[in-house]
Amino acid sequence: MKSSTINARNVVVALVALGLTLLPVYSALTGNIFILTLFTRIIIFALAAASLNLIMGYGGMMSFGHAAYLGIGGYAVGILAFEGIGSGFIQWPVALAASALYALVIGALSLRTRGVYFIMITLAFAQMAYYVTSGLSRYGGDDGLTIYKRSTFGGLIDLSNRTQFYYLCLACLFGGIYLIWRIVNSRFGMVVQGVRSNEQRMQAIGYHANRYRLVCFVISGTICGLAGALLANNTDFVSPAGMYWTRSGELMVMVVFGGMGSLFGPVIGTIVFLLLEELLSQFTEYWALIMGPLLLLIVLFARGGIMGVLGRLSRD
Amino acid sequence: MTDSAGVPLLRVENLIRSFGGIKATDNLSLDVLPGELHAIIGPNGAGKTTLISQLTGQLMPNSGAIHFAGRDVTAVPAYQRSRLGLARSFQITSLLRDFTAIDNVAIAAQAHDGHSFRFWGAARKEKHLRDAAQAALTRVGLGQRANVLVSELSHGEQRELELAVALATKPQLLLLDEPMAGLGVTESARMVALLKELRKEVTIVLVEHDMEAVFALADRITVLVYGRVIASGDPDAIRNNEEVKRAYLGDQHAVTRHG
Repeated sequence: MKSSTINARNVVVALVALGLTLLPVYSALTGNIFILTLFTRIIIFALAAASLNLIMGYGGMMSFGHAAYLGIGGYAVGILAFEGIGSGFIQWPVALAASALYALVIGALSLRTRGVYFIMITLAFAQMAYYVTSGLSRYGGDDGLTIYKRSTFGGLIDLSNRTQFYYLCLACLFGGIYLIWRIVNSRFGMVVQGVRSNEQRMQAIGYHANRYRLVCFVISGTICGLAGALLANNTDFVSPAGMYWTRSGELMVMVVFGGMGSLFGPVIGTIVFLLLEELLSQFTEYWALIMGPLLLLIVLFARGGIMGVLGRLSRD
Repeated sequence: MTDSAGVPLLRVENLIRSFGGIKATDNLSLDVLPGELHAIIGPNGAGKTTLISQLTGQLMPNSGAIHFAGRDVTAVPAYQRSRLGLARSFQITSLLRDFTAIDNVAIAAQAHDGHSFRFWGAARKEKHLRDAAQAALTRVGLGQRANVLVSELSHGEQRELELAVALATKPQLLLLDEPMAGLGVTESARMVALLKELRKEVTIVLVEHDMEAVFALADRITVLVYGRVIASGDPDAIRNNEEVKRAYLGDQHAVTRHG
């Protein structure tokens, strides 16, 4: 892997990163605002997918309830804004802390199980979060909660400015990926990946597997909570629908598209998924009919997702 | 069995473990003295692996006690026993298949070098871990294969890697569950030579079907049948034990051949 840094995979990653960085320039030059809003959304979901990849790809934990963190991060912002606390310096730490706390509790309970049971229990907890928020009548209940004013950061940055908000999201994405990269290659990351590979072996050489799993689960949830705070600001709205299990499923699909256990894979996967959704839905409202088989093809014939295919191209 | 020779490193007392109606470990007692290589043999189904799993803490006994290095470890979980200096190899190779050989060993070394809740520094760049891992690999003859993925190592190499992983945890007691399983003649000979070297430094409990290897290596042999100890003593005593001969009727040739 070290032999050449210039290969198909790295070229694609570099081009995508460059493209994302320059997108607002393109948007300003052409006056195409739509593409900027579309990609703002893509970047936020890419951050959520990257956080899911940390536990799914590296940790082997198939969480089917990751949308819950998007909702919790979002509701933290929404509820505080509703109650008159508009400062992002309060909203965002609360969003992260609430997500971390939720991950800690859910993780401590779910990680007693493995495999299908783990998938089911994380799904069940996320659905519980969905129903709980549906019952928050003060905050809109089923209908959701409109956020009339985006988070303020004391004049440092204006989230209502499309370009500034875009770059904030992009910085969060790149920062998140850098953080995940450091974690994956750290001592902690080695243990987490070792436990994914062979839990029994890791116990035998002296690791308490679940402690590492749980911490990894909390880190992932916290990062996704940040994505939730961004998403709420992007849509100026939070609703229980955003925590529904289909949303969790979409996040999983994004990760699988791009390539589980590949650092940049979730970004590529999210771009492909959301662009396809955007394109296909212009032709037909039954776009999922095309997306479904496509996912099947990727799972069957392109193991390791798009990044896996690019990696294989690089080796030839 | 304890005499003036010293306090046993491992003491198993009246261990019982049953699965349903079957007693896989039946009131088993056993001492392992520091520095010895203690072999445990017995026909298939004698409960050897069940015993090893209880010694390492992967399986909890129904009753009885296990003392290790002067401490009652009966209720201590597997990962903590490893920290106390108890290492094992697995009968069926159990490695991190999607990691390289050196990663496997370095992760084992890391488990015994401070804590692993470090999230920032690159683990593969920690020189003392890599050096320790490389040394353990060289030790078992895999020095040149450090950067090969486990899934691409031969079966024999994987068996050797099992040993390197166990060694990297700097054990006081090494529990080897059939290290020769599935090895060819030359590979077995290499493994025996390796164990002969290792036994000079570390106390070993060896579970093995290969009688040639057992009689070549062991200071003491304990024979299990149906979870019970039917004989325990030095290789000569075991070789001439009538009850052992009977238990090993089919393998009698193997038991008596060497002498």
